[in-house]
Amino acid sequence: MSIKTPTQYSSYHTKVARSRAISEPVWVRWLLVALMLAFLTLFLIVPLVAVFTEALRKGFDTYITALIDPDALSSIKLTLIAAAIAVPLNLVFGVAAAWAIAKFEFRGKSILITLIDLPFAVSPVIAGLIYVLIFGLQGWVGSLLIDNDIKVIFAIPGIVLATVFVTFPFVARELIPLMQAQGKDEEEAGLVLGASGWQILWRITLPNVKWGLLYGVILTNARAMGEFGAVSVVSGHIRGMTNTVPLHVEILYNEYNYAAAFAVASLLAILALVTLVLKSLVEWQSARIAGEQEQALS
Amino acid sequence: MKKSLLAIALLAAAFGAAAPLTASAKDISLLNVSYDPTRELYQDFNAAFSKFWLAKTGDKVTVKGSHGGSGKQARAIIDGLDADVATLALAYDVDQLQEKGKLIPKDWQTRLPHNSSPYTSTIVLLVRKGNPKNIKDWDDLVKPGVSVITPNPKTSGGARWNYLAAWAYAQKHDGNDEAKTKEFIGKLFKNVPVLDTGARGSTTTFVERGIGDVLLAWENEAFLAQKELGVGKFEIVVPSLSILAEPPVTVVDKFAKKHGTEVVAKAYLEYLYTEEGQEIAAKNYYRPTLASVAKKYESQFPKVNLVKIDNDFGGWQVAQKKHFADGGTFDQIYQK
Repeated sequence: MSIKTPTQYSSYHTKVARSRAISEPVWVRWLLVALMLAFLTLFLIVPLVAVFTEALRKGFDTYITALIDPDALSSIKLTLIAAAIAVPLNLVFGVAAAWAIAKFEFRGKSILITLIDLPFAVSPVIAGLIYVLIFGLQGWVGSLLIDNDIKVIFAIPGIVLATVFVTFPFVARELIPLMQAQGKDEEEAGLVLGASGWQILWRITLPNVKWGLLYGVILTNARAMGEFGAVSVVSGHIRGMTNTVPLHVEILYNEYNYAAAFAVASLLAILALVTLVLKSLVEWQSARIAGEQEQALS
Repeated sequence: MKKSLLAIALLAAAFGAAAPLTASAKDISLLNVSYDPTRELYQDFNAAFSKFWLAKTGDKVTVKGSHGGSGKQARAIIDGLDADVATLALAYDVDQLQEKGKLIPKDWQTRLPHNSSPYTSTIVLLVRKGNPKNIKDWDDLVKPGVSVITPNPKTSGGARWNYLAAWAYAQKHDGNDEAKTKEFIGKLFKNVPVLDTGARGSTTTFVERGIGDVLLAWENEAFLAQKELGVGKFEIVVPSLSILAEPPVTVVDKFAKKHGTEVVAKAYLEYLYTEEGQEIAAKNYYRPTLASVAKKYESQFPKVNLVKIDNDFGGWQVAQKKHFADGGTFDQIYQK
């Protein structure tokens, strides 16, 4: 009666794959490894090291000064606000969408899936321009907004909107395959035993996907804090008011303030590193749990 | 019960704190939406103006700035970026605030002296030290193997001044034969490897990324690059003919009225014309219009033979339509 999760399948496949790979000649393996390492160094490690060396080039004091500059602090605050709104919203939306898609059959399901992917498919610049077209002064509801003193674009709401839009698919995309693979047997069992909808969601569905969910949240957060294109279009670039961290980096760079630009950029680099560590932890944890389940089942 | 008492106490405290504030000094916030290379100028100027206004009225003014390619910035204001003042690179972009946005009156340019341009500038050529490609004038830019850096005239005001300066030169040397002029400009743009959206992007491309043999730049931007970024690394070449660039300023009436900042916004722009304002402009390498300051800084600015947009191109409306609108001469030469 064991239901194999995708992790179990994949661990089985890796074992087979590895034994085949080992039969390759030694030089092929070394060549591939060397190529991969060279590639990693060139495209990941060198830029990362460069960010930190440039940031600290003028000494640690300049580094700190750049970070506690009022404009930098305000950009950090804005980025945190945008992420704090975008992540929970997309968390709720992602769970709801994945739940609907994985557990139910309905008309237009494929259209819904396509729509969820839309933010991945369109360029972030277009995403920003959409909001300018709708909420801009010349846009559909622009004059209505200005008459009522509501500011959407070139203010915080616009930045939040753009961030929500670009980070839309992460949670749902992470959960849908997971939920589909798990099937709905457990939920149906719960239903038969008399559980309510909420009970099924809280006791069965969410615990089953919690690691995938966490993974999605981490990715959403990383993208929300790092988004440049869409936010740039709706920001208006007002210093100390509507600049997020990535926009502030660009401004500093354009002001020939390279040390400060890289200092602030290093925050984003640190964020990326933390994200990677968290991501590995989550992956490791979920693999461990899957392993334990496998043992228990066999 | 306790909670509501606390809330009342808090409210009272808030009102108590707010009341004396509204009675005495006001905190005013102004937004100046400007073009790309004016960052340093307005950082200095904003500080000076805040001081001036505090001394004059007791109100504290904080001026926020936004910078980018001039056309792009005008677009943002039209789309609702609620600037109190716009200080853009050329009159056409300010005209758009009137035409497309109805944000300012038609006669905006007559509201302040010198066509509303408190400072002027021109276009010069910035080359690397020792001038290795021996660039002396515009005609050296079309030679094969010379790499020219200029921003995109569609989005950048500086780039449009660049384009027109080159055009004026070519026109004069080709005896008003437009086909030849177009060919000249076409060759020039064949030598451009990167079109950034704003002047500052181009300067960074040239100075920091080391791309290109010559940068077509605002004079102020060229001075900044030469004196503050790479001392001894660049040389300014003054071409035989260039254009008088008049970056205009205006109060954006609709937004200023909404914010109740009309008076301060107007004073802010007028302060640009005072001796202090002009000094700050000159120190940031903009050509002052006030005679006394202009004389003081005479030696700083090379004498250039300058054409004027109104005399030689029939004004910005005509020039924009002919050269930079869709299907204009820039599209014609760039699509070839």
